[in-house]
Amino acid sequence: MDANAIYVLWLRDLKRFIRAKSRIIGMMMMPIFFLLGLGLGLGSLINLGTGGSYFDFIVPGIIGMSLLFTSIFTGSAVLWDRQFGFLKEILVTPNSRTSIVIGRILGGGTTAVLQSILVVIIALIVGFHMQVTVYTALAIVFMILIAATFIGLGLTLGSMINDFQGFQLVTSFFTMPLFFLSNSIFPITALPSSIQFIMYLNPLTYGVDGLRNALLGTGTLSIWVDLLGITISAIIMVSLAVIAFSRTEVG
Amino acid sequence: MIKVEELSKEFGSLKAVAGISFHVTEGEIFGLLGPNGAGKTTTIKMLTTLLKPTSGGAIVAGYDIKKEPNNVRKSIGIVFQDPSLDDELTGRENLEFHAILYNISKQQRNSKISEVLKLVELEDKADTLVKFYSGGMKRRLEIGRGLIHEPKVLFLDEPTVGLDPQTRRHIWEYIKKLNETSKVTLILTTHYIEEADYLCNRVAIVDHGKLVALNTPKALKDKLGGDVISLRTNGDTEKLHASLKSTKWVRSMSSHDSTLDLTVEEGEKRIPALMAIAERHNVKVDSVSLHKPSLEDVFIHYTGKSIREEEGSSMDAMRAHRRAWSGRR
Repeated sequence: MDANAIYVLWLRDLKRFIRAKSRIIGMMMMPIFFLLGLGLGLGSLINLGTGGSYFDFIVPGIIGMSLLFTSIFTGSAVLWDRQFGFLKEILVTPNSRTSIVIGRILGGGTTAVLQSILVVIIALIVGFHMQVTVYTALAIVFMILIAATFIGLGLTLGSMINDFQGFQLVTSFFTMPLFFLSNSIFPITALPSSIQFIMYLNPLTYGVDGLRNALLGTGTLSIWVDLLGITISAIIMVSLAVIAFSRTEVG
Repeated sequence: MIKVEELSKEFGSLKAVAGISFHVTEGEIFGLLGPNGAGKTTTIKMLTTLLKPTSGGAIVAGYDIKKEPNNVRKSIGIVFQDPSLDDELTGRENLEFHAILYNISKQQRNSKISEVLKLVELEDKADTLVKFYSGGMKRRLEIGRGLIHEPKVLFLDEPTVGLDPQTRRHIWEYIKKLNETSKVTLILTTHYIEEADYLCNRVAIVDHGKLVALNTPKALKDKLGGDVISLRTNGDTEKLHASLKSTKWVRSMSSHDSTLDLTVEEGEKRIPALMAIAERHNVKVDSVSLHKPSLEDVFIHYTGKSIREEEGSSMDAMRAHRRAWSGRR
């Protein structure tokens, strides 16, 4: 493990994030429209039957969604970055591939979490009823683990795919089911039990349920089950990313 | 400094590099010249440990590329064909990150960075974001970056591709200066004949993954037989032809109509003597032209063609796209 490479990659992502004001606004557009359109607009017609509002229900889901999309994108961007970017330069330095993966995940994770915190702040302004409990701080932990899981997935895909044209297709092949077959925009119980089974195999389900537990105090599963689920998936995905990325050659 | 033995790389059924061997001595500027797709970049990628060879091997700066890749990486610098700077960082930050990646201490880092910035004349642009740099400035920064950790060997993969002729000249001067001042061994690939001719001490011509010729640019050109002098006469060409037959320095001769073609060495020095001989035989010369063989002639001689059409892969398309975009900024 090379601390220098991890540090450089993390610092690089942070500097880029802070400098690209227009990109921050761009990245925030989708969650904001989902908050307004789905949360407030469509939500006013929806009665969950649990007493809570649909808007409150969907805020953790939208955080999960924005983490999913940014993280997969960040991870799979290695495909571009290792051919035309700074990453190629890092690959010829005497630093291990594992440190490069870790640095990338820490950098991407930090910016993804910063973005999620911005979503929470905007949601609070629009009227999100956050319940502050001892578990609230765990929301950050869930955000980090969701980001790690999906940056790991993105890195794995970006390492295995060599075709620039095919890769967008492949990433949306993963992001769409991951998003819709999770509890992001509707409760798990809304779907037939045969599909619920698939939803329980989806890491995002645990992440979003964990965020609901942490921010609202109302999850389907226990917060500890959520934590276990997303931790295991983060470990698996990061390991896969390390393996896949170590095997890549710059062709 | 570099010993390459039967180095090969196959991608599936495609033999990108089919058994290349050569040696490079310390302080040399060594060129790999060949058309696009000849296997130059693949060779460089193997020598810089980015690709694993299918068979064969190489010793770079005393280390085996297969067994000691990390030591190889510590001893080399590389300037890639495609840009590898972070556009959204400043020039100085790009250099600083590079220095951190090579474990250079903070004090050393600062002095090294100012030294390199001075060398590539980017001191006043150091704190500007790289996306506002011109193509030539980016290249210079990349060359400077490759030198920060004082490598023994610097690889330059197509260092001037996509640059305008003036900037290209400029980069050539930098590369020459660099080799003279820092004594670093330079390996460059190029498909620009003039570039290889101007810069390299020795040139290896690569085609279809094979090394077809290797020598100094001068020796390669001399091998073609020397310069061609064409004389157009207004009179008895045959008489001149006969009288020149006994001249030692004329290697070969052919005449057609009123033109006489002579193959000689150092043609520019022979023209006065030729004029004198013509005068002595009362043959009036209308015009003289001298053609010196270029490396292009050498290239055609060995490969049977000048430039081959590049096969378009999806990566080339992306590369073109990328250039178009960065050019527009």
